[in-house]
Amino acid sequence: MLATLNAPISENSLQVVYEYPESLSPVVTHYCPGCTHGIAHRLLAEALDELGLREKTILVAPVGCSVFAYQYFETDGCEAAHGRAPAMATGLKRVQPDKIVVTYQGDGDLVSIGAAEILHAAARGENITTIFVNNAIYGMTGGQMAPTTLPGQKTTSSPFGRNTTMTGSPIRMSELLANLDGPAYIVRRSLHDVKNIRKAKKAIITALKVQMAGLGFSMVELLSSCPTNWGIQPEKALEWIEDNMVPYFPLGDYKVRDEVNGL
Amino acid sequence: MAKGTVVINQDRCKGCGLCPTVCPQNVIFMADDVLNAKGYHPATLVDLDEQCTGCAICAVICPDVCITVYRETPAKKHAPVLA
Ligand SMILES: Cc1ncc(C[n+]2csc(CCOP(=O)(O)OP(=O)(O)O)c2C)c(N)n1
Ligand code: SF4
Ligand code: SF4
Ligand code: SF4
Ligand SMILES: [Mg+2]
Repeated sequence: MLATLNAPISENSLQVVYEYPESLSPVVTHYCPGCTHGIAHRLLAEALDELGLREKTILVAPVGCSVFAYQYFETDGCEAAHGRAPAMATGLKRVQPDKIVVTYQGDGDLVSIGAAEILHAAARGENITTIFVNNAIYGMTGGQMAPTTLPGQKTTSSPFGRNTTMTGSPIRMSELLANLDGPAYIVRRSLHDVKNIRKAKKAIITALKVQMAGLGFSMVELLSSCPTNWGIQPEKALEWIEDNMVPYFPLGDYKVRDEVNGL
Repeated sequence: MAKGTVVINQDRCKGCGLCPTVCPQNVIFMADDVLNAKGYHPATLVDLDEQCTGCAICAVICPDVCITVYRETPAKKHAPVLA
C-alpha cells in the first residue's frame, strides 16, 4: 500500500459495511480504467455470495473483453467459443441440473455471432441465467460496430457514424427474446449511476432465483460503458449511457412470468 | 450522523476517477502527486474533519472493488447495505 491520508480506523467500534465479495477472485482484472465490466462482475459476485451459490456455480465465459471472466470468479468456469456460451451452458445444466449455470456475454458475442444460440436457448426455456453486457461496441477487437451500435455512433468500422440505410438499425435483444414463450425473466438495467447499479444487482439476484426455482431461462441486460473505444473519460462514458443508450434501449422488465413475482 | 471511513486499496486502483464524482461528502480525491505500481494516480481519502458517513456509495461505483467501507453504527447488518 502507498502512503495515504486515510483517517485511522482503529479507534471506536467500526464495523465493516462493505468488503470484497467472496465469489470474486482476488486478482486485478485486465479491464480498462472505469470499464463497467468490473461493476457487472462485482454485482454478480455479490449476488452469488448473498444467495450462497458460490460453490455450485459454473460460469461460462464468452469471447470479448470478458474472455477471462472464468478467472475472475471463485466459482467453476469454462470458456465457450465466440457466441456459443448458451449452447455450452445448455449442456452443462442438462447434465448437472443441480448446478447454477451462468453465461456472461457481450453484445458482439450475444447479438452478433451468437444470435442463434441465445435465441434458441431462450426459446427452449433452458434453465440458465445470462448476464448480457451491452456496451454498443466490439470492445476487445478495437471498437468495431456491433448490432447494438447506435445510429450515427462512430466506431472504427463506421468512422462516419453508423449508417442505418447500409447496416440496419440496432437490435433490442431483450425485447426480441421476451416475445418467445420460453423465457421466465428478461429485464434491462443500466450501470450508469449508483441508483441503477443497485437496481441491476436486484435483477441479477432475481434472475438467479428464477434458475434456483427451475422456472426457465433468465437474462439481465446491462447497459455498460467502454470508455476506451468510445474515446471518452469514464465519467463521461456513464453520462453517454444515460443520454444516448437509455433512450434507445429503454430500461424495464420485458418478461416476468407470474411465478417469478412469488420468489 | 453516523461516522465512517473507507480504506482504498491503492495498488488495485486504476485511477478511473469515478469514486470522487459520487461521494456525497466530497472526501475522496485523486492523488495527482502519487503513482502506483501500474502507473495510475490512485484515489485517496482526505477526511481530516471526519465527514465520511460510511454510506458505501463510493464502493458501489468502483469497477475495481478497491474500497472497503467501515461505519460506526451500521443501520443494518452487513450485506443489505448495497441491496
Ligand atoms: C469465431 C470468431 N470470430 C471473431 C472473433 C473476433 N472477436 C473477438 S471479440 C469480438 C467481439 C466482442 O465484442 P463484445 O461481445 O461486444 O464484447 P466486448 O469486448 O465489447 O465486451 C470479436 C468479433 C473471434 N475471436 N472468434
Ligand atoms: S476495451 Fe472497452 S469493454 Fe474492453 S475493457 Fe476496455 S473499456 Fe472495457
Ligand atoms: S463511504 Fe460515502 S462518505 Fe465515505 S468516502 Fe465513500 S462515498 Fe464518501
Ligand atoms: S472508483 Fe475505484 S478504481 Fe476508480 S478511482 Fe475510485 S478507487 Fe480507483
Ligand atoms: Mg461489446
